[in-house]
Amino acid sequence: MSDVTYIDAIHAALGKALEDDPSVFLYGQDIGKFGGAFKATKGLQDRFPGRVLDAPISEDAMAGMAIGAAIEGARPVLEMQFADFSSVAFNQIVNQAATHYYRTGVPVPLTMRLPSGGTPGSGPFHSQSMEALYAHYPGLVVVTPATVSDAYSMLLDSIAMDDPVIYCEHKFLYRWLKSKSYEAEHLPIGQARITRPGKHATVVTYSAMVHEAVRAAEMLQAEGGWEIEVVDLRSVKPLDTDTIIASVARTGRLLAVGEAFPWGGVTAEVVSRVCADGFHLLDAPPARLNAKDTPIPYHPKLWATHRPTPESIAESLRKLLNY
Amino acid sequence: MDTTTEGLEQGMERDHVRKVFRAMLTARILENKLGSLYKAGKIVGGVYLGKGQEAVSSSLAACLEKGRDVYAPLIRDQAGRTAFGEPMLDCTRTYLGSVEGPMRGRDGNIHRGRPSEGMPAMISHLGTAISVVSGMLMAKRLKGQMDGVVGATCVGDGCTSTGSFHEGLNAAAVEKLPLVLTIANNQYAYSTPNDRQFVCDDLVDKAKGYGVRGHSVDGTDMIACIKVMQEAVARARAGEGPQLVVASMLRLTGHGEHDDGSYVDPKLKTSGLGRDSIDVGKAQMLENGFTDAAELEAWEQEAAEVVQAAVATAQKEPGPDPYKDDWSAYSNPDLQTR
Repeated sequence: MSDVTYIDAIHAALGKALEDDPSVFLYGQDIGKFGGAFKATKGLQDRFPGRVLDAPISEDAMAGMAIGAAIEGARPVLEMQFADFSSVAFNQIVNQAATHYYRTGVPVPLTMRLPSGGTPGSGPFHSQSMEALYAHYPGLVVVTPATVSDAYSMLLDSIAMDDPVIYCEHKFLYRWLKSKSYEAEHLPIGQARITRPGKHATVVTYSAMVHEAVRAAEMLQAEGGWEIEVVDLRSVKPLDTDTIIASVARTGRLLAVGEAFPWGGVTAEVVSRVCADGFHLLDAPPARLNAKDTPIPYHPKLWATHRPTPESIAESLRKLLNY
Repeated sequence: MDTTTEGLEQGMERDHVRKVFRAMLTARILENKLGSLYKAGKIVGGVYLGKGQEAVSSSLAACLEKGRDVYAPLIRDQAGRTAFGEPMLDCTRTYLGSVEGPMRGRDGNIHRGRPSEGMPAMISHLGTAISVVSGMLMAKRLKGQMDGVVGATCVGDGCTSTGSFHEGLNAAAVEKLPLVLTIANNQYAYSTPNDRQFVCDDLVDKAKGYGVRGHSVDGTDMIACIKVMQEAVARARAGEGPQLVVASMLRLTGHGEHDDGSYVDPKLKTSGLGRDSIDVGKAQMLENGFTDAAELEAWEQEAAEVVQAAVATAQKEPGPDPYKDDWSAYSNPDLQTR
């Protein structure tokens, strides 16, 4: 088998879900004949007529329709063209989808795909990471696959799940990240993975930052023999606190890394949980590294500095190791 | 009092009219009781009544078939809920916080429904139900259960200013869904009058912009409402796509029972818009021989007894126990509290 990419995995999972379950349908802008802005649905409308529907530029209505369809027993998969535009759907997702099971006892099995995160030149409105906003709301599941096989299996798991899932797929990984196969160790949603074992410090991260953290770990390995453990959260809600605490118990040091804005968010939640449940395990104050507290800049030079990089992660780790 | 009887002969079945009016009457008697319970401090939270809008609400829902069609009532649709077949206990249990109600104390008052039976539970954010009903219709289409099905919802004049209204109606039109969207223009969104809400001559003009058929009706005139709703629902069932019905009347109550509505222009109260659709409907029932005074009295008596029983039952039932609640917002137990 030739190499498959992260976007290939998403495309294959969508095709398999449509194939296996007649209640699955796809709804989003430009996803029909055109195959989607990132080609995640290329050819699927021809293969599954009437089940891959182009939507008007109406994220609120798209989400509302997906909610209604899900209540009625379908399994809609929404494609937001960019995660950023899901802000228009926010009301329907957090007030209608997220509250529905608690209020009525009727689940809302929808999946909303969010092409997330920055790429060079994309600027403030095509680069955002929205996972913390959605994770804040009870009733939503928020997943952030970092590998080709997770992109595949977690999308299938998301579609099969009865609760609404916000599936954050990272655009930077679409074509760059390759693998021999979609199949790999299949972990359930809610379980984190130790991507790289270590003993001197733990980096807890997710999505594209997993790969940047691994590069930072390699740099520190080369530079001083430091063994950095990298934990890939895979899903930010539910958050696998057990795996995080177990890792901190091994290393005594925590750095939480995320690509999103620094106020609050996933990294703050991780640090908070470790402080509350594992304070006695810490040999140094837990640290966080996020994007800068500005809108995401357009120019590649500004962008590359705005987000955490292997260099900035390594620098944060050095401080942590030298404490 | 003038009443519209023209066109009554065509397709105006006696049983249907009687069903519409009885639901209106029952809703009014129920809502009077809810108002009293609120004033007596027996209901926690708001009470929102549909006084003045019964004809519009009931005539729409009476055209729908529970189990096949979709009906998403909004804040002032007690009459429609009754006509659609919502058990009265759903209302009293939800208002009184009984754990036996469909919302189990987790949500209250008009924020109730039975989504699995084609009646979604409204949220407070206006216009959001338009696309939800559309989505339910899309799922029925996907399952091959679309034949003759219709979905209906009701919004107010204030809702027409929201993005959800625009996106929802436009998307339903693009999908050519059998949606009947009724705007009950009761002249005020909470305290905001029409002239601070929109400047178009008539809300029904919006229909053309969405490429859907528009219908206008005097919302105080029960017979006129019945006729226009029957036509709109029939056209939707026949595959003509979304129908926009604009019904005009005055809200004969505050926004909620906490609100005395003192801002309402007194001239509106004495205008045709201020007629009470129950009074108009009663006159129409009698004039056309759909009922007589003795039967009307019996209906009122029976409704009062049913309301009393539904309130008494809900009052006897326990509220939710915070120590027994599972406190989970997820259907999948593996996802709890993580």
